Amino acid sequence: MLGLNFRDRSLFFIVIALTVLAPFILNPFPSESSLAQFNAGYPDLMQRFVIFGIFAIGFNILFGLTGYLSFGHAAFLGVGSYAAVWVFKLFTYNVLPAIILAVAVAGLFSLLIGYVSLRRSGIYFSILTLAFAQMSFALAYSVLSNPKFNLTNGETGLQVYADDPQWLHRDSLPDLPHLFGLSMRSNYQLDIGAWTFNFNVGYYLCVVIMLIVFYIAIRLFRSPFGMMLRAIKSNQQRLNYTGLNSRPYTLAAFVISGMYAGLAGGLMAAMDPLAGAERMQWTASGEVVLMVILGGAGTLIGPILGAGFIKYFENIFSKINDQILHQWFAFLPDGLEDFLVFIIHPFIGKGWHLTLGILFMLVVIFLPGGLVEGGQRLGKLFGRRKKTEDAAKDAANTPAE
Amino acid sequence: MGILEVKGVNKRFGGLQALGDVNLSVKENTVHAIIGPNGAGKSTLLNCLVGKLIPDTGSVMFDGQSVLGCKPHQINQMGISRVFQTPEIFSDLTVLENIMIPCFAKRDGSFRLHAFESFAQEKDILEKAEAILEDVNMADKRHMHSASMSRGDKRRLEMAMCLVQEPRLLLLDEPTAGMARADTNNTIDLLKQINDQRDITMCIIEHDMHVVFSLADRITVLAQGRPLVEDAPENIKGNPKVQEAYLGEVAA
Repeated sequence: MLGLNFRDRSLFFIVIALTVLAPFILNPFPSESSLAQFNAGYPDLMQRFVIFGIFAIGFNILFGLTGYLSFGHAAFLGVGSYAAVWVFKLFTYNVLPAIILAVAVAGLFSLLIGYVSLRRSGIYFSILTLAFAQMSFALAYSVLSNPKFNLTNGETGLQVYADDPQWLHRDSLPDLPHLFGLSMRSNYQLDIGAWTFNFNVGYYLCVVIMLIVFYIAIRLFRSPFGMMLRAIKSNQQRLNYTGLNSRPYTLAAFVISGMYAGLAGGLMAAMDPLAGAERMQWTASGEVVLMVILGGAGTLIGPILGAGFIKYFENIFSKINDQILHQWFAFLPDGLEDFLVFIIHPFIGKGWHLTLGILFMLVVIFLPGGLVEGGQRLGKLFGRRKKTEDAAKDAANTPAE
Repeated sequence: MGILEVKGVNKRFGGLQALGDVNLSVKENTVHAIIGPNGAGKSTLLNCLVGKLIPDTGSVMFDGQSVLGCKPHQINQMGISRVFQTPEIFSDLTVLENIMIPCFAKRDGSFRLHAFESFAQEKDILEKAEAILEDVNMADKRHMHSASMSRGDKRRLEMAMCLVQEPRLLLLDEPTAGMARADTNNTIDLLKQINDQRDITMCIIEHDMHVVFSLADRITVLAQGRPLVEDAPENIKGNPKVQEAYLGEVAA
């Protein structure tokens, strides 16, 4: 079914279940309880989980399969956002044309950058992509934003104003990004007892798109093309002496992953019709690298896990402050309470990067295969007896995992 | 006229004349060995044939076409396959995948975007790969990770990868370098078997005289970048020039 083997199909269904039921899964705590701040089931954050999931899935096609480490993929995401917002400004708030144009523009842009950068490999490739991305950032931030020719609206960021033409807009349609009249912001709130669950149109649009592109990624991983990309990572010299030209293969992988990034950028603009230059900065490019490595480069589900993990930390840990800590440790004697808060203070709030950095180090040192390897080890620990020849055979058939 | 014609090839690295006026003619369906002491320019010559190096002057013609300036993958597509000194395989891939890659290269050329096909649709490739694995007695290892194999098996796999492309010329760069005697003899047997079963021209660069004299129909001796003699194996053994170049190594 779906042209996938049993393992991939189960994985795909697990991802479907996780994403569709995310409003429940991410809101395990009653909304009035003191643990409610660990809830992540609000639309804005869930959208970001999925959008960065798409970004990371695409990045993994390039980095996980070919081993080419691009440090400039945020540029494609930014370009996608700008393209989408321009569609909102000029034509319509309907998200479909905006997303399509975002993917197309990011694809063209990555073709250009990839064509130049892929002349080199290894660290030189990384530096070239980084240079291109920083140039794009500088262009977006200042050069392409002057009174005569304002493409990006500089520091303020590109947004839709009341006097924008929007030629295809009608008054009956919502004045926000929508899909044929269905606003991205419309939200259905379900209260069950003390719990509150949010079902958001924008989130589910992102989910549908992510499932489509995740399916495409699985097919690509398991295709002869995916095998060629792994062969490039393994031994490029042998590939060339086997009559295969590695350049178009890497370029195709680069453009595909650039289009994924553009899609993520387009969706970001569709959820919130804004595009700022900071989306293209090198820290944003580095973040997707972290996501993929943390989740497990070269695995199918790893990037999604990594994206969710990092975005969760970014949003939840950064919100914990000293006051909350004092509440938690209120049962302790005063001196001890202050001492504990003092110890933990650097790791929370603005210091969440520190926590993330430590976690990242631990994962890279002890789980080089990322969270996926952690999961596999746990699985082995619990299910050693259950695994029979079947599983071994299956593993041999799917070496990428 | 041989299938491979090398004429007046010179290659200089700084002050070192690596190749000086090398002429070589390899006849179709023969095994041609190139021997010579260390630093004689054997590997440089080979690299000039496969597109890794470009000679300063001279011409290299394969089947009437010049290969100079062609990229390695283009030269391979013309029908020249190469076996490396240390086995170069895709060590992160399984044995079967290692074999399938040259099958795809043979059928689809140097690039094809088959991103949405599954292997189940590629029956012909799978059959061809399985067949060659039977040929080299590796069928039972098909799902093995190729990195975990012994060196002899890696060499066998690399040869299978070259053979499955049905090349017209197979270049072997010291195929038995660093091998134990038993592995060396296995490799000789494998090469003999290949030579008997297929219409293939082989050009071997080799240090080991035992290998050379068991396989070669014709031998070229290189010394200090220049061809010393080219003759049949039985005449090479007694040639005083060759003995001098090797400082008596031939006797061993």
